[in-house]
Amino acid sequence: MQEINGVSYLTKQIWTDATWLRFLSLNELGFFLMLIAGVLVLTFVLAYGTFVVWAERKVAGHVQDRLGPMRVGWHGWLQTLADGIKLMMKEDIYPTLADKPLFVLAPPIVFLSAFVGYAVVPFSQNAQMADLDIGVLYIMATASLGVIGLIMAGWASNSKWPLYGAMRSAALTVAYGIPLGLSIIPVLMVAGSLSMQDLVQSQNGGILHWNFFRCWPFMPLAFIIFFISNLAETNRVPFDIAEAESELVGGYHTEYSGVSFSVFFLAEYAAMYLACAVTTTLFLGGYLPPDLSGIPLILSLALLGIFLFWRFKTFHDRSQVSEAIFCAILVAAITLLWGVWPYFFWFLAKTGVLLYLMLHLRWTLPRLRIDQMMYMCWKVLTPVAFINILGTGLWWMWITGIPKNWWPY
Amino acid sequence: MTRKREFKSQEIYVNMGPQHPSTHGVLRLMLRTDGEIVSDVAPMIGYLHRCAEKYGESGTYQMMIPYTDRMDYLAGMNCNWAYCLAAEKLGNVVVPERAEYIRIVMGELNRIASHLIAFGTYGLDLGAFTPFFYALDEREKILDLFEMVCGARLTYSYFRIGGVSQDLPEGWEQRCNQFIDDFRLRMKEFNDLLSHNYIFIKRTADVGVISPAMAIDYGCTGPVLRGSGVRWDLRIDEAYSLYDRFRFQIPIGRGEKGAIGDSWDRYMVRIREMEQSCDIIKQALRGLPDTGEYRAKVPKVFKPPKGEVYVRSESSKGELGFYLISDGTDRPYRVKARSPSLSNLCVLPAISEGMMIADLVATLGSLDIVMGEIDR
Repeated sequence: MQEINGVSYLTKQIWTDATWLRFLSLNELGFFLMLIAGVLVLTFVLAYGTFVVWAERKVAGHVQDRLGPMRVGWHGWLQTLADGIKLMMKEDIYPTLADKPLFVLAPPIVFLSAFVGYAVVPFSQNAQMADLDIGVLYIMATASLGVIGLIMAGWASNSKWPLYGAMRSAALTVAYGIPLGLSIIPVLMVAGSLSMQDLVQSQNGGILHWNFFRCWPFMPLAFIIFFISNLAETNRVPFDIAEAESELVGGYHTEYSGVSFSVFFLAEYAAMYLACAVTTTLFLGGYLPPDLSGIPLILSLALLGIFLFWRFKTFHDRSQVSEAIFCAILVAAITLLWGVWPYFFWFLAKTGVLLYLMLHLRWTLPRLRIDQMMYMCWKVLTPVAFINILGTGLWWMWITGIPKNWWPY
Repeated sequence: MTRKREFKSQEIYVNMGPQHPSTHGVLRLMLRTDGEIVSDVAPMIGYLHRCAEKYGESGTYQMMIPYTDRMDYLAGMNCNWAYCLAAEKLGNVVVPERAEYIRIVMGELNRIASHLIAFGTYGLDLGAFTPFFYALDEREKILDLFEMVCGARLTYSYFRIGGVSQDLPEGWEQRCNQFIDDFRLRMKEFNDLLSHNYIFIKRTADVGVISPAMAIDYGCTGPVLRGSGVRWDLRIDEAYSLYDRFRFQIPIGRGEKGAIGDSWDRYMVRIREMEQSCDIIKQALRGLPDTGEYRAKVPKVFKPPKGEVYVRSESSKGELGFYLISDGTDRPYRVKARSPSLSNLCVLPAISEGMMIADLVATLGSLDIVMGEIDR
C-alpha cells in the first residue's frame, strides 16, 4: 500500500494484518469464513431486495396519488414476502417447444451476474468480502455477463416477443457498456487505483474531496454519464425497452412463471442496488461521512427541515402522515446506527438517495425508442465521455503538475 | 470440396394481439417484420363482434339504446345521442330545450372522459405509467356525476327518444361547475407531466404522419382528421342539437413539433378539445333553462312513418352515424352504424410501413380506437 495524495491508510493497514476477509490470501479457516461472508451478503441482498421492491411500490403509489400496498403487514411492508411466497407456490411452466436446459439456466445466470459483483462492494472499511486490485473491472465484467442470461432466456423461450426483448437487451448492454467504462476512467485517473477500497480512500477528507465535487465540471459530467449508462445497463425506465411492457408484452421474461420469474425480478433489483453502490463508491465518497462542519451542517439541516415541512404540507392523507412518522422513526434508528457504525450508515444513505432517484425516474418518464437510445449512446455519451477523459487529464495535470516521467522513453 | 454455409435472413410474422397490452382491446395485428422494422401490418378485427345491429332489428326502437352503450363503451352518452338523433329524425320528434341542454352537457362530459382515457393509455403505450392514474382519477369524478343522473357508471342508457330518462338531481349543476373549475387546473398538470415532456415529444413527433389528403381519402374523422389540419367538426359544420348557440373553437394539428398530422398533433388535439369541452359545459350550464320538460311526449309504442334516414354526430372518436330504415312498424327494418374507429383504424396499414415496432404502438395509440365500436 502506498500513499496517494497524502491519504492516510492507517485504518486500512490494521485490517491488512487480519487477512481473513481478503480474497487473495485464503487458508482453510479463511475459506470457511469467506463462505459465511458470502451467505451474509446474499442475505443482505435478498433482504434489501425485498425492501427495495416495497419501496418502489410505495413510491409508485405516492407518485400516482394512491397508497400503494397497504394490506400485508403494517403499510404493506410484508407485501413483497407474500408475493414471493405466492410465486414460489405457483407452477413453473415450461413452454413445450422451449429449449429446456437453457430455459432453466437463464434466470440463475442473470441473478449470479448481479450477485457476484457484491463481493467487492465496500459496505464499510472492513465489511468487504474481497478487496480485489481490479475491483472496478471485476464489477464491470461480471455485470455485463447478465446479458448472456437475458439472451438465453429470450432464445430458449422459443417465442417471438422474448426474442425481440433479448435482441434489444443485447444491443443495449453492449452499447452502453462503452460510455459506462469510459466514464469510470476519470475517477481511476484521479484515484490511481482500481481497488474499491483505494477508490474510496482517495476521496477522504470531507464532502469537497468526493469525486463528484472535484474537477468541476468534468467529474459531474462523468457522474451523469455513468448514472445514465447504469440505468440502461439495468434496464430501468427510460431505457426499459428490453422488457417494454406495452411493446413486447414482457420482453425476455414473457414465458417465465413462478420461481424463475421471481429470480429475474430479484436480479433486476440486485443489479440496481449494485449500480447504486458502485456509483456511490466511485463518485460520492463511498462509505465516508460527508464531514460537514460549521455552517454547511446548519445549512443542510435547515434545508432538510424546509424539505420535510414542504413534504408534510403536501400530505393530504392520514396514512401518508403516519408513513412519514414511520420514516422519522426509521431515521432515528438509522441515526443510532450512525453512532455505532457510521461508515455503513453513510453507505446506506448515499445508495438510498440514488435508489430513490432511480425509482422516481421510473414513475415519471416515458420510454425511449431503441434507435434514439443508440443515437444517445454512440453519438452523445461516448464522444462526451472521451472529451471528458481528456479534460479530466488536463485538469489533473494542472493540479498535480506534469509528472517527471511523463514521456516513457 | 467446401460447402459454404450462409445465414439466411428472413422476415418473420408476428401476432400482435388479440391479447396484447397495447392493442386497446381485442385487436389483432399481423406484423411482417424485418427485425425491429415493420414492413407490413394487417389489422384483423371481429373478436368483439356481438351482432349489435342485428339485435337492433329484432327489438323495438327503444330497445336498441342499451346496445349503443356497448359500442363505444368509453363514450356511451355520445352513442346514445347519435342513435336517438336518428330515431327522432325518423319519427319527427321535437326535443325540448332543457333536454337538449342536458344532452350537450352529458355529451361533452363524456367526451372529456373518453379523451382522458385516450390520454392515459397513450402514456401507458409509451411507457409512462403515472399519467394513466391521473387521468383515471379525473374520469372517476365524471363517472360520479353520471352516476348521480342515471345510476350507471359505464353503460348509461340515459338518453331516450325525445329527451333523457330523468331530470338532473338537486345540486348537480353546482357539482359539475366545481368539477370543471378543478379540471382546468389539472389540465396544466397533464401538460407538464406528458405533453411537453422531451422524451414524449421525441417519441411522437414525426411518427405516423397522416397527410390531410390521406386522412380525407380514408374517411378519418374526429381528432385524427383534425390532427391532420382539417377543420371539420360536425358540431359546427352541421350544427345538430343546439350547438349553433355555443361559442367554441375547433383545435387542429398545426405541426408544432414535427410534420402536420403526426402522433403528437393528434394527441394534442384531444388535449385541447378537452379544454373546449369545458367551455361548452360552462356555457350550457349557464344557459340551462330552469323549467321545462326533460323529455318530449313520445308514445310508448314508437312507430315512425315509412322511410329511411342517416344522421351523423360528432362522437369523441369522430363521426358516429346511424342509418335507420323504418317499415312503419315499431321495430326498425335495418339499423346500421357508421363507427369512426373503424375508418380511423383503416389508415394504419397505409402509414405504418417501414416503422419500428415501438412507433407502431405509438401510432396505434394516437388513433384512439375502441374495439367495441369497430366490431359492434
